[in-house]
Amino acid sequence: MRKVAIVGIGLTKVGRHFDKGLRELFYEAAVRAIEDAGCPEIEAIIVGNMCSSSLCDQDSLGALLADYCGLCGRAAFKVEAACGSGGVALLTGYMAVASGLYDYVLVGGVEKLTEATTREVTYALAKAADADYELFYGTSFTALNALIMRYYMRKYNVTREDMALWPVKMHENAMKCPHAQFHKRITVDDVLKSPLIADPIRVLDCAPISDGAAAVVLCPLEEARRVSDAVVEVAGIACSTDYMYLAQRPDIASFTATVKAAERAYRMAKVEPRDVDVAEVHDAFSVLGFIDIEDLGFSRRGEAVKLLKEGVFDPGGKPSVNPSGGLKARGHPVGATGVYQVAEVALQLMEKAGSMQVPSPEIGLVQSIGGVGTTVTVAILRRVK
Amino acid sequence: MASVPRYWRNIPSYYRLVGSKCRGCGRTWFPPRRCCPICYSRDLELIELPTEGVLEEFTIIRTPPSGFDYYTPYVVGIVKLRDGTRVLTQVVDCDVTELKPGTEVVATFRRVREDGDFGIVMYALKFRPKR
Repeated sequence: MRKVAIVGIGLTKVGRHFDKGLRELFYEAAVRAIEDAGCPEIEAIIVGNMCSSSLCDQDSLGALLADYCGLCGRAAFKVEAACGSGGVALLTGYMAVASGLYDYVLVGGVEKLTEATTREVTYALAKAADADYELFYGTSFTALNALIMRYYMRKYNVTREDMALWPVKMHENAMKCPHAQFHKRITVDDVLKSPLIADPIRVLDCAPISDGAAAVVLCPLEEARRVSDAVVEVAGIACSTDYMYLAQRPDIASFTATVKAAERAYRMAKVEPRDVDVAEVHDAFSVLGFIDIEDLGFSRRGEAVKLLKEGVFDPGGKPSVNPSGGLKARGHPVGATGVYQVAEVALQLMEKAGSMQVPSPEIGLVQSIGGVGTTVTVAILRRVK
Repeated sequence: MASVPRYWRNIPSYYRLVGSKCRGCGRTWFPPRRCCPICYSRDLELIELPTEGVLEEFTIIRTPPSGFDYYTPYVVGIVKLRDGTRVLTQVVDCDVTELKPGTEVVATFRRVREDGDFGIVMYALKFRPKR
């Protein structure tokens, strides 16, 4: 297998884009990434997306986007793993380049959610769960995470106030993230007074409904060294799945798929959790931030809250977790989110992250979750000198 | 998208809690499976699971997916059945302020959803506190 590098990055602001559809939004990110990479000959386009069919009536997404970006004729297709679509798009692109099939691959993600009603979006996102046996009973995606939150709080004796620290910290981090959906500080009190969605999850515990597109260009590491002096290698990557039906899992205070994917990705990159300098983790709901930190090995079980309070994961910490503000405050354009995370960690490693730059990181980690921990991709990125 | 065959083929599980039992290791599962994820046996039989159990965890849904406004707010929870199998279900006929992990519950046959004004009406077992 060939080693794979990231050589170009393109992002759009996360938020409401009433003036742009899937194609216009993707175009913006794709062109930026391709130009950033020095305009190489792109051979394939892989797009992470969840809801183009259910909310925008659009299938054949790969062909549409390739055509609109002036790349008609190339291999182009969508990959889907619910909210983890961006992570599996990176994995697919990695496989294409590592195998030698293609040299330059555009890995992108795009999502348009803000034009549908909240009920429609709630229904579309609930399709990430088991349609016949979970969604059938009216179970929203938030509800499944609410069950996890209650279980975690009881198991580790964590208070509702402690859980509210996560969104407060994420909104603080996003103040320095230029493409974040929110540039607004919030307090614990704001979180506790926001409307309930599915007890005990309140609005400010949830990642927002967002539009957005992100893209990165992958190529063989040897080729990247030739064209750029800021090179980031995808040093390890793995994907794992878990039981679809949440109630079948023996312990819902952890995502086994994260643990398995992380173990494999760490081994592939020959690093340990303590080597990671900067991480972007999948905090679609407050409780997931704490579970992610424990599953990835940054904290012992049940101690993530304590370490978060101590500031261990603040920007400049070891590791810095979600300097972008995470899904909570950067925003969560679901199928694009994983690609945003890859782009953000790569920018950090290239020391091109501007106002949200953390000091001289060498090893970065990206975690992308689809469903309630049903499909998890973990990637380890490394700065190449 | 709702369809008659899709609803119809799942009726044993919706109406009678039909799950599967692994003849290799004895574990039970809901919904039914064709192969056991623990011992990898493909020798599983369909069985009716017990209709009584204990509520383990629950939430009150206040922002529902489309199609469930009529029932909102409603309770969804994980119930551990008498034989240890866990199911995700709605909990009805209850005072939510009195629900807690450990509440004993029993299955009850209820309407779940309708496919618009002219489509099929779907039913299934939900659970209610045991009296």
